[in-house]
Amino acid sequence: MIGFAAPKGEKLPKGAHRRAPGLVAWLILSPLLIWLLLFVVAPTAMLTLISFAERDPLGRIIWNFNLQNYVRAFDWVWIKILLESVYYALLTTVICMAIGYPTAYFIGRAPERWRGILLMLVMVPFWTSFLIRTYAWINILSKEGLLNSLLLTCGILEEPVAILYSPFAIVLGLVYNFLPFMILPIYTSVEKLDNAMIEAAYDLGAGPLRAFSKVIIPLTRPGIAAGAMLVFVPSIAMFAITTLMGGGTNPTIGEVIFKQFTSGRNQPFGAALGTLLLIVFIIALWLTHSQRERED
Amino acid sequence: MAFLYIPIVLLMVFSFNSSRLNLSWEGFSTKWYEALLTNKVLLAAFQNSLVVASATTVLSTLLGTLGAWMLYRYRFPFQRALALLIFIPMVMPEVLMGVSLLVLFVQFLNIPLGFTTMIIAHTTFCFPFVLVAVQARLQGLDPSQEEAAMDLGATPFQSFWKITLPFLMPAIVSGALMSFTLSLDEYIVSVFTTGSQSQTLPLKVYGMAKVGLNPQLNALSSIFIAATFAVALAGHFIGKKKNL
Repeated sequence: MIGFAAPKGEKLPKGAHRRAPGLVAWLILSPLLIWLLLFVVAPTAMLTLISFAERDPLGRIIWNFNLQNYVRAFDWVWIKILLESVYYALLTTVICMAIGYPTAYFIGRAPERWRGILLMLVMVPFWTSFLIRTYAWINILSKEGLLNSLLLTCGILEEPVAILYSPFAIVLGLVYNFLPFMILPIYTSVEKLDNAMIEAAYDLGAGPLRAFSKVIIPLTRPGIAAGAMLVFVPSIAMFAITTLMGGGTNPTIGEVIFKQFTSGRNQPFGAALGTLLLIVFIIALWLTHSQRERED
Repeated sequence: MAFLYIPIVLLMVFSFNSSRLNLSWEGFSTKWYEALLTNKVLLAAFQNSLVVASATTVLSTLLGTLGAWMLYRYRFPFQRALALLIFIPMVMPEVLMGVSLLVLFVQFLNIPLGFTTMIIAHTTFCFPFVLVAVQARLQGLDPSQEEAAMDLGATPFQSFWKITLPFLMPAIVSGALMSFTLSLDEYIVSVFTTGSQSQTLPLKVYGMAKVGLNPQLNALSSIFIAATFAVALAGHFIGKKKNL
């Protein structure tokens, strides 16, 4: 739940305990500052830097700056992969919302003593390794998997079919893994709902549908927005799940970048694709941030 | 709920299937668990995972706690930019973090990939979680307690050690646990920053899952799921007892 605390314009808490830092304070903070500069700022800058470089046939980098990696990256092959990744992520977000909202609403409106247990039941599968959760679906969907064997025994199918390694499997895997990210923030919003507001809507003659769309949805919008970002952003590049479930038939952007850096031995081109992904990420971050500002 | 639980329950049930394939149930057996316990490669990978996760937890907890404390106590310049920088590693797509750190390590710093690079990479995305947890708890701290301690002659260090740190403990512990779990489960950042000697469990599990079904993997997953449930239940009941 910690992840939702996005940086906001901090207001000084009352009391004069926040002073200008002295030398000791700077010294204690310096490891953190150095860490951020060295391992967050610097790597991102360097990734952008080598995206303008070239490489020799062995994959070594030649510091010869030009735009050829970007010219290549704007080829339809790669743009299509990027768009497809965004599309899978969007689809995942919408499905998570469709499943997650009713679930979160139900938990948030349940009697108080049940909420903790219900929330824990949602969270526990999420605490196990994401690889294990993905493998659990491979176990069901693969050609020798449980679903195929069930359909074969029932005589519905004559031959096993490939359900795994398809866009359907990719989105299923993403939804299964990111669903809790949608449920948790919406639950937090639903829990804060003021019953009086809903009753007021009914008293003023609103039907359940109107009360829901005009009162409940707007009041829980911060949760919906947070959930959407928490599902959408990581889904774009979660290539571990998409490769396992898609089997490489429908590569996503993360997988392509990974390949350029490993077997493809073309780090500059991978870096160019990475920089494009970085831009998508910054736009998504900026959109949610300005949304949040507007709500405040 | 059914959607959440059916896959993992089926996985656990079929981990006791004596057949190599899942097509049919051929009787109860624990042989895959026995095979797992003698699988040296996986055991070594698990050990590597524990090493990386422990080191990451220690580093993240130190960085996160001290950082949160200083940012709360003093007013630094560029505070908003700093808050954004701390927030970014938590939400940044892992593949970007992985490749950019790889470029840094290999092209610029010349550090051979291995345990060191992996621990640095894991700490980078783990410590913000500790920092944010501690920061949230600091909001509830009563500054007058600390001031009282100082008025009574305690040095700033003593008042931190005796007053603030005990108050922050729950947040520090939950942040540390979070770091440990995140590190233990990380695949994408690991795959870019690992060397051949520092293969962790998720890397091996991914390799196995990619090939297809593997009964030993069923067994391994079941052990992990069972352990998670045990820890979650224990945590739940301990939490309950404290509330009473």
